[in-house]
Amino acid sequence: MVAREQFESELALMKQKVIHLAEGAKQQLQDSVSALYQADTKFAGEVIEADKKLDKMDLDINETAILLIAKQQPVASDLRKLIVAIRLSTDLERMADNAKNIARSTTHLGDNHGMEIPKSLGDMRDVALRMIDLAILAYKQEDISLARELSELDDQIDTMYSNGLQSLLEETVTNPQKIQFIMQIAFCGRFIERFGDHLTNIAESIMYLVKGESLNLNE
Amino acid sequence: MNLVTDVNQNNINSNGTERENKNIVYDTKDLNLWYGNTHALRNIDLPIYEREVTAIIGPSGCGKSTYLKTLNRMVELVPSVHTSGTIKYRGRDILDKSFKVEALRTSVGMVFQKPNPFPKSIYDNIAYGPKIHGIRNKKILDEIVEKSLRGAYIWDEVKDRLKDNAYSLSGGQQQRICIARCLAIEPDVILMDEPTSALDPKSTLKVEELIQELKKDYSIVIVTHNMQQAARISDRTAFFLNGEVVEYTDTDTLFSTPKDKRTEDYITGRFG
Repeated sequence: MVAREQFESELALMKQKVIHLAEGAKQQLQDSVSALYQADTKFAGEVIEADKKLDKMDLDINETAILLIAKQQPVASDLRKLIVAIRLSTDLERMADNAKNIARSTTHLGDNHGMEIPKSLGDMRDVALRMIDLAILAYKQEDISLARELSELDDQIDTMYSNGLQSLLEETVTNPQKIQFIMQIAFCGRFIERFGDHLTNIAESIMYLVKGESLNLNE
Repeated sequence: MNLVTDVNQNNINSNGTERENKNIVYDTKDLNLWYGNTHALRNIDLPIYEREVTAIIGPSGCGKSTYLKTLNRMVELVPSVHTSGTIKYRGRDILDKSFKVEALRTSVGMVFQKPNPFPKSIYDNIAYGPKIHGIRNKKILDEIVEKSLRGAYIWDEVKDRLKDNAYSLSGGQQQRICIARCLAIEPDVILMDEPTSALDPKSTLKVEELIQELKKDYSIVIVTHNMQQAARISDRTAFFLNGEVVEYTDTDTLFSTPKDKRTEDYITGRFG
């Protein structure tokens, strides 16, 4: 019989909650970028509202983890599981905030602005979505090779972001009257780029979970 | 005590366990111990370093107390015991027939699970050892008593009642009296067998803080069931299982990233 069954099941439940939050953050990114492309401020408003739920999930994970640390006094891999749950939850909550910020930009731009959203944002989103799927899988399976892949994908997002930014800068020269629009698009690019950075943090946390040592994949 | 030692000449022993370049108090190599036909300790290979707290953890029956009792040869009190291998204390094999156990006992003090003061006054408890060693001078004895009680951080609590029977003290105080009694013979090493398992949390904390102070002057080996205690107070931890040392490393590593799956399972409470 496995000892500490209660603790084991609480750890498993905690992991489920983190995965649930990750899926929530993924949905938020999808929805916020869709709302942006569709210039749908009502949809964007729903994304902003939904963020509150994710904030609550983050709080819940933190509180549960702290209680488990206090009550179970975990060590070694058990302690890492809880610390990593807290770290992941913080990153996921910030990722969801980035999605919320994209929704806010949509609100700023208003309905029917008539401008074309550059394809590069959608491409960045696609890579970010692949990253979050990978992150969830890496976390579920405690697979560090998947975690390494994440940092490579993040490099792709970074390159796409700087290329996109370059085109936007050129656009400001030719179409200075579009500056408000261009700024919001540049912000959105930045939000997705930050989304990817948090996923790299998550990859590092997963490596720490598995190996027990800290690595910096952002360098 | 203070025997000149050559134990650091060989940094690697026959089993390949690395010895750090620090003074070793006890160096155990290839130790086996049997209680009759029961093989209680198997190929123990363990250096114990000077002025460190070495914790020994493991489930009941893993041999940790047996190992502690071999370090002062108390284990010999069990008639059917026989051993092989060596335990060098300051370079000399204590298992060698020619080694005088009395000399060892004056250098190695022991504190037990339950406080076991003598049914005498606090003063006499401390002065007992020095008296046996022939110290009769009242002034010197007074000094030893005060110094030992101060060393065990209990002087302020008992200085006005030294003539009281030691049994009149609380369990935690009695345990510190036993530690003071140990200090009175100015030992080199203090062996502790579950020294706080019969104490309340506050007394436990006091004894733990005392151990931290004592390691500045003494080498301490502590057997404990309380893993958090081992994590809190020791520099190095050995995990025993079925009479073997599964893992022996610095405490920070053992409690964060143990190498052996069995260690991980034990410290995370998966068995034992």
